[in-house]
Amino acid sequence: MEWETVIGLEIHAQLATRSKIFSGSATVYGAEPNTQANLVDLGYPGVLPVLNGEAVRMAVRFGLATGAKIARRSIFARKNYFYPDLPKGYQISQYERPVVEDGSLEIVLEDGSRKTVGITRAHLEEDAGKSLHEDFHGLSGIDLNRAGTPLLEIVSEPDLRSAKEAVAYMKKIHTLVRYLEICDGNMQEGSFRCDANVSVRPKGQAEFGTRAEIKNLNSFRFVERAINHEIDRQIELLEGGGKVVQETRLYDPDRGETRSMRSKEEANDYRYFPDPDLLPLAIAESVIESVRGALPELPDEKAARFCADYGLSDYGAGVLTASRELAEFYETVVRRLGGQPKLAANWVMGELSGALNRENLEVRQSRVGAEALAGLLARIVDNTISGKIAKEVFEAMWSEGRDADAVIEAKGLKQITDSSAIERAIDEVMAKNPGQLAEYRSGKDKLFGFFVGQVMKDTGGKANPAQLNELLKRKLSG
Amino acid sequence: MSLHTLTVAELAAGLKARRFSSLELTLHFLGRIERLAPELNAFVTITADRALADARAADEGLARGTGGPLAGVPIAHKDIFCTDGILTTCSSKMLSNFVAPYDATVVERWRAAGTVLLGKTNMDEFAMGSSNETSFYGPVKNPWDLGRVPGGSSGGSAAAVAACLAPAASGTDTGGSIRQPAALTNLTGLKPTYGRVSRYGMVAFASSLDQAGMLTRSAEDAALLLQAMAGHDPRDSTSVEAPVPDYVAELATPLKGLRIGLLREFFDQGLDPQVGKCVREAIEVLRDAGATVREVSLPSLPLSVPTYYVVAPAECSSNLSRFDGVRFGHRCDDPRDLFDLYRRSRGEGFGAEVKRRIMTGTYVLSAGYYDAYYLKAQKVRALIAADFARAFAEVDVVLGPTSPTAAFELGAKTSDPITMYLNDIYTIGANLAGLPAISVPCGFVREGGRELPVGLQLIGSHFGESRLLSVSHQYQRLTDWHRRIAPGYE
Repeated sequence: MEWETVIGLEIHAQLATRSKIFSGSATVYGAEPNTQANLVDLGYPGVLPVLNGEAVRMAVRFGLATGAKIARRSIFARKNYFYPDLPKGYQISQYERPVVEDGSLEIVLEDGSRKTVGITRAHLEEDAGKSLHEDFHGLSGIDLNRAGTPLLEIVSEPDLRSAKEAVAYMKKIHTLVRYLEICDGNMQEGSFRCDANVSVRPKGQAEFGTRAEIKNLNSFRFVERAINHEIDRQIELLEGGGKVVQETRLYDPDRGETRSMRSKEEANDYRYFPDPDLLPLAIAESVIESVRGALPELPDEKAARFCADYGLSDYGAGVLTASRELAEFYETVVRRLGGQPKLAANWVMGELSGALNRENLEVRQSRVGAEALAGLLARIVDNTISGKIAKEVFEAMWSEGRDADAVIEAKGLKQITDSSAIERAIDEVMAKNPGQLAEYRSGKDKLFGFFVGQVMKDTGGKANPAQLNELLKRKLSG
Repeated sequence: MSLHTLTVAELAAGLKARRFSSLELTLHFLGRIERLAPELNAFVTITADRALADARAADEGLARGTGGPLAGVPIAHKDIFCTDGILTTCSSKMLSNFVAPYDATVVERWRAAGTVLLGKTNMDEFAMGSSNETSFYGPVKNPWDLGRVPGGSSGGSAAAVAACLAPAASGTDTGGSIRQPAALTNLTGLKPTYGRVSRYGMVAFASSLDQAGMLTRSAEDAALLLQAMAGHDPRDSTSVEAPVPDYVAELATPLKGLRIGLLREFFDQGLDPQVGKCVREAIEVLRDAGATVREVSLPSLPLSVPTYYVVAPAECSSNLSRFDGVRFGHRCDDPRDLFDLYRRSRGEGFGAEVKRRIMTGTYVLSAGYYDAYYLKAQKVRALIAADFARAFAEVDVVLGPTSPTAAFELGAKTSDPITMYLNDIYTIGANLAGLPAISVPCGFVREGGRELPVGLQLIGSHFGESRLLSVSHQYQRLTDWHRRIAPGYE
């Protein structure tokens, strides 16, 4: 039987506010345990939550960027359950009336086609603390630094049909939240993670199959692997005459499989009800308009502009706009260079990205800045050096931190464009290789490359390639 | 006249005129507390050292002329308000070891006004009760008859002020916990509008109903203390940013022209006829002073008890989840695992009434029952609020008894929670609608050879505290019920 996969993602994006969602504690990652938890975060008797307005504005930014409805009035609810890293015994979240509803965004599929993915809702909530089960000799430690950190939970429609689509969607959200500067997107630190709801159904069937929810996926690779594993597991189960059970599963990256955490029957009854400590969240039209006015150029708009203004392919524009920093870097190079957008794109996507990946650096940490790169490319454009030599210069710039002209000067890499000098070099090579010359002249055209190589070798690679080609062709033919 | 029978207004004036010092006054009250508090079981913690330090500081301020409006006046706080460095138990085993690391806003503000903290008063456990018999520290006795309850949950505050162990005390009122004890001990008890006073630092029972207030021996004192307590607090999102009127200045508003609505539903068959008689006599006093009286009906009001006993337990079941033995409060010995830690810490730490409400609340919020109970209760709550709003279109205050009976005997209702719950029948409506309400002494009934006080309840429109206080004050100018002190405590 042919199966169709149905996937919906719940993405948790930690909002990049300075303080927590309901208290004044700082949210910096990696502080000593329990040093960023005040009485409100600890759930002390008598304390009350006060909503952080910045978290609300960030949620509105996200809503506006995805064309969603911003609820003029939304409700904070309590999700009740006991766990030691949940100090109050309830999590403040939004349940029936979230702040953002009915958004969407477009992803590009592998075949280049586009697909719109619905965003059911995005709601504000507080994160829990962390339970540390190691290093305490059979006991558990509790770190409440993360308790009360603001999260935006972004829930997609079940519109995704493969693990690849799910990853494309998650990457798109990842790009977007960083463009909007509402989340640092750091997946190792857990600032951006997701749960995947996965089900399969016979192709053509209208009803959804029974779904399993895979919890806490914190890398794109894990999302893809976990979903693919889950799809295989469900299909195998169904084809073997079994049934999928609605349950929560955990992905084990070491073993590459998902395993059951709790079934629907064991699921908590969270007893949601409106939190009486917080008034309904009212968002004024003026707030929405001021947030709208301050929205940056969004990834899709930027990519479209790159195609139109710089003549880039969809693919190239997509790569260069994947982060705001990379796009800014690219545009700085083009601006400094005064044109040559394709050359700049090739270099930013090629040598620069390669070097960054090799050393696992962010764009802003690049050892060769946008101005410096533009300086290098300018020497290609004005024929001072060839593209090949430029790569050598780039490596030297990267490792030595000098600018292109300094490297070219120091290493004597300036291209030879004097025709008589190139002709002299050709004459010498022809004189040294009479046999090859005879073969070439008797019709062995392939030897042309040999002569190019020899001249380049003798000139230290500095001969202008176009000139060399032209002169060599003339001289070889006698 | 001895110092302990003076009102807050009289004490503040005496202190300002330097007729006596705060230290003198504080020592006098501490002496009375030492002598008389044990038989009443009115206090959980007596803060003598703190009181003496507060008093000395107040005296210095008074000498320099820099003291606050209540400089040097001793007060007591219900043990539900967090007090920095002082035990805050909520009269529960669960918090019997809990030293609060901060001051509640109410505590902070009364302190800023110059008051001296005598101690923390006994109460029903987590404010859940109507007789002060659910306290982990044992029941409080009514100064008017030691065999009877003082009402609850602010029973310790009521007994302390009624026995002149403190001139005034704070209380909290979720379903009548200030007004009912005030009525049963011959005090003036004000529950302000929901949102008028910050709830920050007040251990939560039912967050949408809880409101801080005070028990005093006069409406004037309530005005003085409300002035020092009321106002917006950025730490409580439900506290309201409305200007605070000059409550003391507005006490002078005359009764003439006041439109009173008699609550038909409050004069039902459940009302003790003797209590009803006292209330009717009070109405005549007000009428004679120029008020007009008409009957008003709030048809949804009889549903207030069942509504309350869904909403309040629902919120309490969630609010009390933080008491899990992990970070503060009671923790069982040698827990085997996490579940055992929860089960025994909570099982041992909470008393029977608290457990009953947590279970009720958990039930009404459960999947499948939420709509039938919690949601329906919220709808009825809206109907009750609408009933009151309609009434206030026609009258300035609504009036009725505070409690269906005078103080009952200790143990009389402990075996039957429903009978106990029905005791709140007249007070709960104001909480559900978020309205201010006050109980003022309006006479006595004789029972078992003793005189027992009766309270008159006035309910006002939102932020109508000024009117309630002025009506009460004017009534107290015409009567002297509030001046009477329990025999043996004069």
